[in-house]
Amino acid sequence: MKIAVLHIGLLALLFALQFVLPAYHHGNLARIMVLASYAVGYNVLFGYTGLLSLGHALFFAAGMYGMALTIDHLGWSPAPALIAGLVAGLIVSAALGVLALRTAGVAFMIVTLMFAQAGYLTILYFAEWTHGDEGFVIQQAQRVLWGIDLSDPSNRYFAALALFSVSLLVCLWLVRRPFGRTLVAIRENEERTAMLGYDTFAHKLGAVVISGMISAAAGASYGLLFGYAGATFASVQYSIFPLLWVLLGGAGTVLGPFIGTLFMFYLIDLSSGITTAYMLIAGVVLVALTLFAPQGLAGEVRRRIWSWLP
Amino acid sequence: MELGPYLLLATLEGAVTAAVLALTAVGLSLVFGVMRVVNIAHGEFFMLGAVIAWYVAQMMGGHPAIGFGAALIVAPLLVGAIAVAVDMTILKRIDYDPERTIVATIGVLYIIQQLTLMGYGPDARPVAAPFNTRLAIPWWELKDGSLQMYWPWGLSTTSYKLAVIVAAPLVLLGVWLMMARTRIGLLMRATQQDRDMALAFGIPVERVYALVFGIGAALAALAAVLIVPIQQAHYLMGTDPLLLSFIVVIIGGLGSLPGTVVAAILIGLSDGIISVFFSPTLAKILATLLVGLVLVFRPQGLFGTRGS
Amino acid sequence: MSLLSARGLSKSFAGLQAVRNVDFDLPQGEVRALIGPNGAGKTTLVGMICGRIAPTVGTVHFDGRDITRLPAHRRIRLGMAYTFQITAIFAGLDVAENVALAARRRLTGDAVASAVEAALARVGLAGHAGQEAGDLSYGHQRLLEIAMGLVQEPRLLILDEPTQGLAEAEITAFKALIRDLAGNTTVLLIEHNMSVVMETAHRVSVLNFGEMLAEGTPDEIRGNADVQAAYLGTG
Repeated sequence: MKIAVLHIGLLALLFALQFVLPAYHHGNLARIMVLASYAVGYNVLFGYTGLLSLGHALFFAAGMYGMALTIDHLGWSPAPALIAGLVAGLIVSAALGVLALRTAGVAFMIVTLMFAQAGYLTILYFAEWTHGDEGFVIQQAQRVLWGIDLSDPSNRYFAALALFSVSLLVCLWLVRRPFGRTLVAIRENEERTAMLGYDTFAHKLGAVVISGMISAAAGASYGLLFGYAGATFASVQYSIFPLLWVLLGGAGTVLGPFIGTLFMFYLIDLSSGITTAYMLIAGVVLVALTLFAPQGLAGEVRRRIWSWLP
Repeated sequence: MELGPYLLLATLEGAVTAAVLALTAVGLSLVFGVMRVVNIAHGEFFMLGAVIAWYVAQMMGGHPAIGFGAALIVAPLLVGAIAVAVDMTILKRIDYDPERTIVATIGVLYIIQQLTLMGYGPDARPVAAPFNTRLAIPWWELKDGSLQMYWPWGLSTTSYKLAVIVAAPLVLLGVWLMMARTRIGLLMRATQQDRDMALAFGIPVERVYALVFGIGAALAALAAVLIVPIQQAHYLMGTDPLLLSFIVVIIGGLGSLPGTVVAAILIGLSDGIISVFFSPTLAKILATLLVGLVLVFRPQGLFGTRGS
Repeated sequence: MSLLSARGLSKSFAGLQAVRNVDFDLPQGEVRALIGPNGAGKTTLVGMICGRIAPTVGTVHFDGRDITRLPAHRRIRLGMAYTFQITAIFAGLDVAENVALAARRRLTGDAVASAVEAALARVGLAGHAGQEAGDLSYGHQRLLEIAMGLVQEPRLLILDEPTQGLAEAEITAFKALIRDLAGNTTVLLIEHNMSVVMETAHRVSVLNFGEMLAEGTPDEIRGNADVQAAYLGTG
């Protein structure tokens, strides 16, 4: 009950903010909700299953390019293009999962990093189709979904909220299901979980695919809502970001990804007004979190006050 | 130019890459071997070496050899000291946990890189080589049934590049002597074998770790000082050495120094030759895929044996 | 009819033979104790039976089916349960969730909660359901391991040194529990505590230097000169 109130309450608050926020923050929050959905996807794998991936940009970009390339080259409309993005995420995450899950720990991190880097370079290599580093704009006319113009700020905000609500509720539902509980068990003690009769490989693969598809949905929506697809979104930096957001907000908590994304977005937003070296903030926060608060913000709240927080 | 002289040129360039890469990768491999942690900020220590070399060369003035010579000493020492500080303030406090070390060193990567951007700026700046005589290289061709020597246009190298190719093996020999013949090398090897046992025998494991982390970073910095007269110093120059070192260390077998050196020579040489035939991006795609697949299917490296 | 039957099981680690050519049969419903000095290969043998360790040579049959090539989790699904020698509970989760994870392999919905409650009551941990498992005392963690085994209602329950670290009263309760299971559940018990072995086991197998030294009723084993020389004499 408390859990439902808290999460529905957050979504209701985000809904209400649409009507009161000034334009600048209104636009920011739409962006934050899409990025937070990406973080929610990352958290399924990192926070709940205990697998630290350094290659999630591959899934984000798979969704983004699956969507954008079908619009750009095949002239698809947004609805099927979004589905194409999801399918791309499904294929890429399943393939990466099957390979990378043969390894564990540090090797898993390096393998995901390397395959994602190969994906990024592939986008650069086929610049003829992907427009490489500079990327390409998705025109306003190509961004009308079921008669709704997604380039309009208000529509865009609601679309972002819809995406975030679905991601959040899917995550909440998942971690309370036996499947999600088993993922937590794998995080805590994989060998024991196998010796209780669970196929841990299949569960981990499922987690990679679910995580990958939420990330891909976020990537596809990002491209569609903000009208741009570029190779930056496939770079290492975009693999580090969700890790940073989730660590800051609290790994293995449902609300953590949103809290972390919100804080980090505004930290970087504020500091980029002062210096071009805004990634310094990201570095300092990463080190500080590892040293002082490995549980993150929501994790600390759960540890100290609300032990029921999912 | 014909293919023969062209390949010779590519091999010479590749040998320079291999020399510098071997130093950088041995630094990474040493840290992984002894401490069992992966240092993602290794490329930034490389970059710092180059940037410090530029500052030192600026300050010294006079003949380029003076500035360069000073940089050769100052940069590795300073970078080593920074690395020791990183080890003692961060890695030690998270107890060298492998996964948290990766996250923390990603943070260190951004801190070093962005501070350099703020202090040194976004420009690429050169350091003058201490000596730089152009040396033309002869080639032979079959003419009227007999071999004749001639000087193909563009087939040349510099005395400095040859010096780099000679210097790197000497430094590596020094590292090997330190590991194999000195007391500190013995302590490192004992710690590598069994950390708990080393602790039980009263080896100051934490100090050994700090030293190893410092030496690893200093090797990267030294490699950067050697390359900076050929390639300019830039705040983003750490990315490629990091990637290449990873490739070398993983293919050579994690933590194996001889494997690392063999792989560095192989990768360095083939990098020069492959770039003759492929675009650099395609070469990088193949290299990253290779690393990923080696880790998945042959985690002991291409040259290692399982269980050793 | 043997529920479990192993033939010619051997395992060598880097040239060292931990288990050598062991034949092993366990009839349905029997409580069997597996004893032997430290390093005799007991955990290795049991590891090969439940799939944690792949045998170098040999076969394992369970309920008439060749399971030598099955991965551990598939064997568990056939009706084996294994409790670890070194407690391997989920330290960060609460006690009830630990047992629920074991129960959800065969149950769903409300049945899970009642099975968890019953299993915890059976080992005497009913009052600890909401506690974090890592905060339990060592003895209670051992009992939790046993509850996780029981709740699976296995056909073969493998217990690796379950009474290690238990208090005297808890050991007495454990003996009663095993006697209670006898007949329905087949139990394979690795045990050092001789009173537990003598009072609960129908038959005893003795492993020494990786080889099966003797097999018989507790009384026969007690009277066996070889066993006394190898084990009881030194223990």
